[in-house]
Amino acid sequence: MIKVSDLTYVYQQGMPYEKTALDSLSFEIPDGDFTAIIGHTGSGKSTLIQHLNALVRPTSGKIEIDGVDITAPNADLRTVRKNVGLVFQYPEHQLFEETVYKDIAFGPTNMGLSESEIRNRVYEAAGFVGLPLELLEKSPFELSGGQKRRVAIAGVLSMQPKVLILDEPTAGLDPKGRDEILDQLVRLHAENEKMTIIFVSHSMEDVARIAKDILVMNKGRLAMQGSVAEVFAHSSELREMGLNVPQITELTHRLIADGVDIRPDVYTVKFAAELYAELLKEAENV
Amino acid sequence: MFKDITIGQYVEGNSFIHKMDARVKILLSLFYIIILFLISSPVAYAVFTAFTLFLVYLSKVPPKFILRGLKPMMYILVFTAVLNLFMTQGSTVLWVCPFWSTLKITKEGLTTAVLMILRLVYLVIGTSVLTLTTSPLMLTDGIEKILKPFEIIKVPSHEIAMMMTIAIRFIPTLSEETEKIMKAQMARGADFESGNVLKRAKAMIPLLVPLFISAFRRADDLAVAMDSRCYHGGKNRTRMKQMKMTVRDLWATLFMVGFAAAVIFIQKLM
Repeated sequence: MIKVSDLTYVYQQGMPYEKTALDSLSFEIPDGDFTAIIGHTGSGKSTLIQHLNALVRPTSGKIEIDGVDITAPNADLRTVRKNVGLVFQYPEHQLFEETVYKDIAFGPTNMGLSESEIRNRVYEAAGFVGLPLELLEKSPFELSGGQKRRVAIAGVLSMQPKVLILDEPTAGLDPKGRDEILDQLVRLHAENEKMTIIFVSHSMEDVARIAKDILVMNKGRLAMQGSVAEVFAHSSELREMGLNVPQITELTHRLIADGVDIRPDVYTVKFAAELYAELLKEAENV
Repeated sequence: MFKDITIGQYVEGNSFIHKMDARVKILLSLFYIIILFLISSPVAYAVFTAFTLFLVYLSKVPPKFILRGLKPMMYILVFTAVLNLFMTQGSTVLWVCPFWSTLKITKEGLTTAVLMILRLVYLVIGTSVLTLTTSPLMLTDGIEKILKPFEIIKVPSHEIAMMMTIAIRFIPTLSEETEKIMKAQMARGADFESGNVLKRAKAMIPLLVPLFISAFRRADDLAVAMDSRCYHGGKNRTRMKQMKMTVRDLWATLFMVGFAAAVIFIQKLM
């Protein structure tokens, strides 16, 4: 379980550009959760996730992961970073090795694992992200954008983290690449019930499609936390923060406003299609 | 760690020095450095110190910014000081190492060490005042104008200035990128801080390869963007902001010349 208590981070403290990036955040994320973090640009999402694997030290406050305080001065950062895998935005920009295999093996090699263990993990991670095995001996720079990103995600998965955090995993991908990444995340979560997945996203559609819970950030503060249904029920508050609800939710709410009798908790197109189909059928029968 | 570099970290302001013409500022900064290297007596240094403090006061830049520029210089400063302290021969011995009599501190050594440190510190402060009060764009514009007369001997002044502008423009971008890649690799267990020299050099590969690739990608993008906006070098190019010298610059120059004369006079006198 991730337990964040009273986390505050002041950027460039004492300088003229001083800015409070995170303002006394407190929340918990249970094991095996699938949480989306949403928020306007500059709301502190990226800063928050970098705290979760101790890349950034908080100005004050505490973060506990499975009861271990990772903000303690004597915290074992290696273990923390092994347990909490962080995939940065545009992770393909961090690829550097000659072959895809070596790049995925970078994390496990740094962990000091045996050759055979590393091999197993690389194959397993490549399998998770749906990377064809014949690509493993290629140079990562020969791959397509979507493939590169999957290599980079595999590079973090190969460390077998308990918590996987992704910063905008679908940014800059075409619709096909985006669907692939999202589907893989869903599969990953289904196959590893204990793995907590946290991802930052600007797409409410993506959030509605794959996440279970949502954490809303606004100006460095935690604005809301709850299930997808709970959070998207507050559409007007979200809009005030420069956010939105999925378009299909918006459409449904407008239909309700126009007097159509339909339930308001519609977040995915798939679910909406079923509802609307039923509605049409009823209308025909009348 | 990369945020400590002051170059290209212009602090907006409205002070006397901010409003000066970039060309004059650059030339006067050069002048400042020349004077700094001409003087060597403690009294002249005292006057110079007062002048430097006055400059900093005049620039209205928070002293914190200027001190931050000195941080990366720490090792050079300490190294220079130690070398000068122990290596300078002199007549008045202040301290002799009880274990090795060759190692001693003389009065001359102490003076040289202190003056050397001051010289380096003022060198940084003087140039920092220039870069902190002049936007990189104005700075390179100034350099371009100063180099203009050398076009007769085929010095590509515009191209030099453009390259410098671009280089300065990309320092913060690339340092941000470096930090991001470092963090990304640290998240994968990379260790940039421990181990011997060889191991550390090897640890830089995961940082440098992505950094170079991204630098080339950015350069490429920039070239295309410039091309698509019909950039074709310096000929017949006009400026949006024309540089103008004002009475302010005249006063500054006169003041600087007066100061130089005074300091050199003091130096000669002592």
